[in-house]
Amino acid sequence: MLSLSQVAKRYANGVEALSGLSFTVQDGAFVSLLGPSGCGKSTALRLIAGLSSPDAGEIRWSGARPDLGFVFQEPTLMPWANALANARLPLDLRHLPRAPADARASAALERVGLGEFARAFPRELSGGMKMRVSIARALAAQPRLLLMDEPFAALDEPARAALNDDLLRLWREDRMTVIFVTHSVSESTYLSQRVLVMTPRPGRIAADIALTDLWTDGTPRDRLSPQFLEGQRLVSAAMEKAA
Amino acid sequence: MKRAFDILLPVILAALLLAFWQWKVVHDAIPAYVLPAPSAILHALVANWSTLSVSLVSTIVITLEGFLGALVVAVVLAILFSQSRLLERALSPYAVILQVTPVVAIAPLILIWVGFEHIDVALSLIAGIIAFFPILSNAVQGLKSADFHLLDLARLYGASRWQTLWRIQMPSALPALLTGMKIGGVIALIGEVTAEFAAGSGTATGLAWRITESGNRLEIATMFAALALLGAVGIVIFLALSGLEYLLLRHWHESAMRRL
Repeated sequence: MLSLSQVAKRYANGVEALSGLSFTVQDGAFVSLLGPSGCGKSTALRLIAGLSSPDAGEIRWSGARPDLGFVFQEPTLMPWANALANARLPLDLRHLPRAPADARASAALERVGLGEFARAFPRELSGGMKMRVSIARALAAQPRLLLMDEPFAALDEPARAALNDDLLRLWREDRMTVIFVTHSVSESTYLSQRVLVMTPRPGRIAADIALTDLWTDGTPRDRLSPQFLEGQRLVSAAMEKAA
Repeated sequence: MKRAFDILLPVILAALLLAFWQWKVVHDAIPAYVLPAPSAILHALVANWSTLSVSLVSTIVITLEGFLGALVVAVVLAILFSQSRLLERALSPYAVILQVTPVVAIAPLILIWVGFEHIDVALSLIAGIIAFFPILSNAVQGLKSADFHLLDLARLYGASRWQTLWRIQMPSALPALLTGMKIGGVIALIGEVTAEFAAGSGTATGLAWRITESGNRLEIATMFAALALLGAVGIVIFLALSGLEYLLLRHWHESAMRRL
C-alpha cells in the first residue's frame, strides 16, 4: 500500500504545485488522478516515483518500495535503438545478461502486440506503436506499480481506445497497481476502479470516487452502457465542483 | 536516377569550365607564369609527382594527427564538462579564448616552443588547436541535448553515471558531435596549411611549402598542381566524415534519413 499525507511541493520558480495532498492506494488497484492542466498531477507522479522529493509531508509504503514502471506522455524512446533494445533498457541498466534480457523484452513486445516489430526503429513506427514500445519497456522491468503520465493524450481516438483496452488486459494479467494521470473524464471512468479528482493548482484531492460497483471485474467494458454514462456523470460533476 | 544526375551535373559543369579555361589560355596566348592551362597543370602534376606525392602524404598525415588529437581531447573534455558543472564553468572561457585568438598569431610561438627539429609535431599541434573548438562546442551541446525524460528513466532504473553517459548521453550527442567533426576535419587542413606558411620554406615538406617553393621559382603550373591536391584532400576529408555520419545516423536521425 502507498500513502501520501499532507504532501506539498513548490516549483523552482516558487509556484505552489501541490499543497496538502493526501491519499492512499491499495496494492493491485487501478487508480486515476484526474484534474485540469497544471494542477500538479504529473508532479505528484514524479514524487511517487522518487524523481523529486516533497517539500513537506510524507510518502509512505507498506514494506519496501515496489519495482516501478513509468510511462510518460511522450513515448520517450531512444531513437538510435530498435524496439527490442528500447524495451530492454531497464534490464540493461540492471546488468541482466543479454539472452534473458532479450527474451523478456521480446515477450513484453509480444504482449503489447508488437512482436513482429522488434527490429523496427522508432522512426518507422506510428505514434500508437511508439507508445506501445514505451509500455513494453515499462512491463519488461516487471513492475508492481505502474505510473502513467497522460500516456495516451497525444494519440488519435482509435489508437487511444485500443490502448485503453490493452492496458486493462495487461493490468488484469499482472495484477500490478496502476496510477494513471489524465485530464479526460471518459478515460478515467473507463479505466479505473477509483478516480481521485484534484483541485486546480495547488493540487489536492477534491473527491474520491469509487467505480468498483460500476465495473464488476472481468466483464468487458462498454462505452455505450448506462453504467458508463452514469460513472462519467459522477466524475464530471465532481470535477466541476472542484474547479 | 536522380542520384546519378546529382553527381553528373557538377562533373559536367567542371568539364565545361576546364574546357573553357584551356581554350581561353591557348586562344589568348596567356603566359604560363600568369595562368597555366589545365593541360600544363596536369603535366606538372605528373612530372613532379615524386616530390608532390611526398608532400601530399606529409600534409595528410599531419592534418589527420591534428584532427584525431583534437577529437580525443575535445570529446574527453566534453565528457568531463557534462559530469561537472564546476569544471565546465572553470575551463570553458579558456576554450573560447583559444578559439577567438587567430591561431596564425600563435603559430610562430608554437613553432619556437616545439622547435623546428620537431616541425611535424608543431604543425599538427596548430592544426589540432584550430580543429579543437568546433568539435568541443558541438560535443558539449550534444551531451546536453539528451531527452530529460530518458535521463529520468535512467535514474528510475538505478543507472550509474557511466551507464547514463554511455547509453543515453553519448548516443544523443552523436549528431552534434559528427557536425563538429565535419567542421573540425576541414578546418584542420586549413590550420595545417596556415602553419606550414608560418613555418616558412625550407623546414616543412607539405603541400603548402610546395606552393611557396613553386611560387618562388615561378613554376606556376606546379603551384596549381599542389593547390589541386590540397583541394582534393579537403574534399576527401569532408566526404569521409559525411560517410561516417550517414553510417552512424541512417537508422534514426532526421539528417540522414531518406524520405519515404
